[in-house]
Amino acid sequence: MEARLEHRFSKKTASSRVARGFRKLRKDIVKYRYIYLMLVPVLAYYIIFCYIPIYGIQIAFKNFAPGLGIADSPWAGLTHFKSFFAGPYFLRTFVNTLLISLYSIIFSFPSSIILALLLNEVNNKYFKRTVQTVSYLPHFISTVVVCGIIREFTASNGLIGGIVEAFGGTPRTLLLDPGMFRPIYIISEIWQGIGWGSIIYLAALSGIDPTLYDAAVVDGAGRFRRMLHITLPGILPTIVIMLILRLGSIMGVGWEKIILLYNESIYSTADVISSYVYRKGLLEQNYSYSAAVGLFNSVINFALVVFANTFSRRISGTSLW
Amino acid sequence: MVQQKTISGRLFDACNYIFLALLAVVTLYPMIYVLFASVSNPTLFKMHQFVVLWKPLGFQLDTYRLVFKNPMITRGFFNTLFYMTAGTTISMLLSFLGAYALSRKGYSLKRFFTFLIMFTMYFSGGLVPTFLWIMDMGMIDTVWAILLPNALSTYNMIVMRTAFDAVPASLEESAKIDGANDFVILFRIMLPLCIPTIAVVGLYYAVGRWNEWFNAVIYLRTRTLFPLQLILREILITGSAESMAASAAAGSAEEMTAVRELLKYAAIIVTTVPVLFIYPFIQKYFVQGMMIGAVKE
Repeated sequence: MEARLEHRFSKKTASSRVARGFRKLRKDIVKYRYIYLMLVPVLAYYIIFCYIPIYGIQIAFKNFAPGLGIADSPWAGLTHFKSFFAGPYFLRTFVNTLLISLYSIIFSFPSSIILALLLNEVNNKYFKRTVQTVSYLPHFISTVVVCGIIREFTASNGLIGGIVEAFGGTPRTLLLDPGMFRPIYIISEIWQGIGWGSIIYLAALSGIDPTLYDAAVVDGAGRFRRMLHITLPGILPTIVIMLILRLGSIMGVGWEKIILLYNESIYSTADVISSYVYRKGLLEQNYSYSAAVGLFNSVINFALVVFANTFSRRISGTSLW
Repeated sequence: MVQQKTISGRLFDACNYIFLALLAVVTLYPMIYVLFASVSNPTLFKMHQFVVLWKPLGFQLDTYRLVFKNPMITRGFFNTLFYMTAGTTISMLLSFLGAYALSRKGYSLKRFFTFLIMFTMYFSGGLVPTFLWIMDMGMIDTVWAILLPNALSTYNMIVMRTAFDAVPASLEESAKIDGANDFVILFRIMLPLCIPTIAVVGLYYAVGRWNEWFNAVIYLRTRTLFPLQLILREILITGSAESMAASAAAGSAEEMTAVRELLKYAAIIVTTVPVLFIYPFIQKYFVQGMMIGAVKE
């Protein structure tokens, strides 16, 4: 008897708590009506163009039939994942994605830091500004143009072929050689990003207390020692954060540059997960299979970002969220 | 501070200046080469194309004449101009509203909405589900498929929100006392105070629109809707005869193959120069905009 009463009592408070919550929310919406009004188009955008596609991920577990639509296509379980993992493309695209990222971290990532350090040593204001302006420029050139130029330059009758011939070699079309794809990709990436990437380090450099340098000079520290003991430690937190974030996107090699540069003869080194998704899904219209591969990739990406972020917060107190 | 100039210090300086100057030249050279090639004489160029160009080989502007006479390129140019202006307008309006709402305090669903928005930066439906949904909505082969799906960049919106956050709350409070509602505060107080950030975000959106090609590849079928970058892709990469033929309508076949090679270079210059024109005007705001985006709230 007593227990039953208590039960009814708690049920009542729970429902009244919900009701109170709704009342509070209604009051809130009235009070901040303009803000909610502003959010209507913004949230509509996110729901329509971000969350409904997320809901559509279910086709990765189905056999999508265009006539039936996303919701009514028959379930297929993990078939598509299994066939991806069992097929020859899994290892190839996985390794290619990882290697391109790894080379980019080894070569492209430090290039911006080195540029920032060297620019920091320049005393002539105009020279510094000119170099900076020039170095940002490639960031604004479209991927299509960048890849078009790369193709022209690396063709057998292109600029690089010409240089090779001048040194006595035989020019060939470099983009037909699987061994050349990664160097071409990474070098052009450095060209595109070195200046833009240096901005954040230059900003960190400008935050270093100049009296530290004065003190070091008094102590007899030379150029290199100052760079080693003041400049580098000063931007180390920024470097660490950027590196961690870069590691978080290690599986996220985009498809745009790849599909503009690759061709069948270099798939063995150039085909990454995202370009494979594009080819399977949109060119071969293998929707469900391609969605499964894409989902596999985005789940890894998401996990890596969360992991990198937690790690960054733990060691440096800085994080994305 | 008196800096003693040691010999090794001077040597380092000299090497540093030389290295950075070389770097600037190497960075700029591909574009300069393209520029030189585009105005070179086709026959001379074909003979000498193994050589690094230091100046144009001969001079002609036929390539540019052909580029501007190509109806696909001019059409693409105006299409891109439309996508850029309409797209940037939509993007900026949505960003203003979203950034303002996220920068306000006190309303009870703020945390929830912030999460909802931030989450999309790290997880998305992916290529195929998005494509199928756009197709489902019947947007394929309409300008909406270009304008709407990427209208909002969460990153840009956060950059803008950070700028709004920095505006002193007292300004907003006094405006509220004077009877201003949130729309008035956004458009009459926030926007005029955050011009540098708005300029940077506007530039990001506009350049992004100008350079965009992938959505056009997957969503557009009708050639008269194609943006310039897509036409350029056909000329440079897929080597589609259709786009080239439009230019090569006049002249002897032999002359045309030579010109055709150079036409690529002229087309690159024509598509790239407009972006590089607005760039110096906004350049000084870059660092500011970048930094805001990099700092966590």
